Amino acid sequence: MKHEIVEKNLGLMIVFIILVISGGFLAEVLPLFFLKEVNEPIEGLEPISALELEGRDIYIREGCHVCHTQQIRPFRAETERYGHYSVAGEFVYERPFLWGSKRTGPDLARVGGRYSDAWQRQHLFDPRSVVPESNMPAFPWLFEDLVNHKGTAAKMTALQTLGVPYTDEQIASAAGELEGKFEIEALVAYLQQLGTVLSDKR
Amino acid sequence: MSTFWSIWISVIVLVVVFGCAWLLFATRKSQTTDVETDRTMGHSFDGIEEYDNPLPKWWFYLFVATVIFSLGYLALYPGLGNFKGLLGWTSTNQWEAEVAAADEKYGPIYAQFGQTPVVELSKNEDALKIGQRLFANNCAVCHGTAARGQVGFPNLTDGDWMWGGSPEAILETLRNGRMGNMPAKGVMPNMTNEQVDQVVNYVLSFSGREKDAAAAEAGKAVFAQGCVACHGPEGKGMQALGAPNLTDNIWLYGSNYEWIRETVLHGRVNEMPAQSGRLSNDQIQILAAYVYSLSN
Repeated sequence: MKHEIVEKNLGLMIVFIILVISGGFLAEVLPLFFLKEVNEPIEGLEPISALELEGRDIYIREGCHVCHTQQIRPFRAETERYGHYSVAGEFVYERPFLWGSKRTGPDLARVGGRYSDAWQRQHLFDPRSVVPESNMPAFPWLFEDLVNHKGTAAKMTALQTLGVPYTDEQIASAAGELEGKFEIEALVAYLQQLGTVLSDKR
Repeated sequence: MSTFWSIWISVIVLVVVFGCAWLLFATRKSQTTDVETDRTMGHSFDGIEEYDNPLPKWWFYLFVATVIFSLGYLALYPGLGNFKGLLGWTSTNQWEAEVAAADEKYGPIYAQFGQTPVVELSKNEDALKIGQRLFANNCAVCHGTAARGQVGFPNLTDGDWMWGGSPEAILETLRNGRMGNMPAKGVMPNMTNEQVDQVVNYVLSFSGREKDAAAAEAGKAVFAQGCVACHGPEGKGMQALGAPNLTDNIWLYGSNYEWIRETVLHGRVNEMPAQSGRLSNDQIQILAAYVYSLSN
C-alpha cells in the first residue's frame, strides 16, 4: 500500500483516524459502562442531601477542584495521610465527578469529619488564621450570601433521571430545607460528608 | 468482567497492535531503497517540493520496538480482558505489599510503644520523635505546629485542661473526640442584656479585670443562676463536661470584655474530632505520650 493513497484521499484518512481513536474508546471506555465494579454503589452509599448538593455546586463554582483532588491513590504514602484509597463504587452518584488532577492543596476525598465544623468555617473565612503557611484564598462572601435554591429541585430531578435514587419527597422538600441557609453552611455540610461512607480505618 | 467484554477488549487490543505493525510494514514495502535520493513526490506548491525518502532505519526500528514492547507488556500485565498477566500484578496487591513491607519495618516499634504506659512513653525520646511527626501531620492544623493552639483551639502546652490532662483523659480525647457545647446565655435563656453585662464583669473579676465593680457584684447572682451548673460555684469549671476554669486567666475564645460578652450571648460549640478511625491504637498511644510530654 502506498502512503500516498491515504495522504491524498482526505475521506480515507478521516476514516482511518476515526478507526484508530475508536479503538481506544471501544476497548478502554465502553466496557466500563457495563462493569459492576464501576456502576454499583458501595454498601451504605446514599445520594447527598439537598444542602450538600448545593454545597457541592459552590465547591465547583469557587473552583476548589482546581487545587484539590478527591481521589486517594493506592500508595502507602497517600493512604497513611488521607485514609483508605478511593474505589469506583464511591462515585457512582457523582455527576460530574470531582477527582481533579492537580494537588496544590491536599486531597479532600476523605476530609469529612477530619476537622470540626468550626475549623472548616474559620479556615474558609481566613485560611492563614489557622494554617499560617497556607496559600489558599479566603472565601468570606460565603458567610454573607444565602444559598440560591431556585434550581435545586430541578438539579435533583435531572440527577434522578440519570439514575441517582432521589425520592420525590426529597426533591419536593429541597427548597424548604435550604431556606435561609448561608452558602458556608452548604459547603461545610458537603465537605463534612466527603468519603465518610467507606471506613478509612487502616 | 463478563466473558463477552473480556473477548471484546482482547480482540480490539490485539487488532490495534497488529494493525499498527501491518501499517508499518505495508507502507515500508513500497519503498524501493533505504538510500536517500533527490527523488521528490512529484508535487509542488508555491515551489515547495517534498522528498520521497524512506523513514530512517533507527526510526523505523523504534516503531517495531514499540510493537514488541506492547506484546511483552500485555503478556506480563493485565491488559487483555480477564487475563491477569504473568506477573499477577494489580494496583491493590502492589499497595498491600507496600503496606506489608512498612508494617514489617515499623510494626515492632509501634507495637512496643503501643504497650508502654503513657507516662513512661513520654520520657522515651524515640517515641516523642514519632509523636512529634504524628502531631505535625494530624493535629497541628488546629493546635498549631508548636501545640500552642489559637482562638477556639486549645493550647496543649500550658497545663490547663478542659477535659482533663491525665493520660487516660488524653487517650479518651484522642480516641473518641470531645464535643463541648456552651449554650447561649448558659442555662438562663431569658438573661437580659443588663444581666449579660453584669455576668461578664463578674467573670472578668475572677482575674481581677472587671470594668465595673458594681456590675460584677450584681453578676454574682446571674452567674449562680445561669453558669454554675457547668462552671461550678467558684467558676473553676468541670472537666467532665469540658467546662473551662474561668479563674485562671487562660481563655479559649478571647479574654477581653467584648469576646466574653460574645461567648455569653451566642454560646460556643467546640468539637475535637475522634481519631480512632484514622489512627491506629499504637499511634494514639504515642500521640498521647507526646501531648502529655508537652506540659509534664
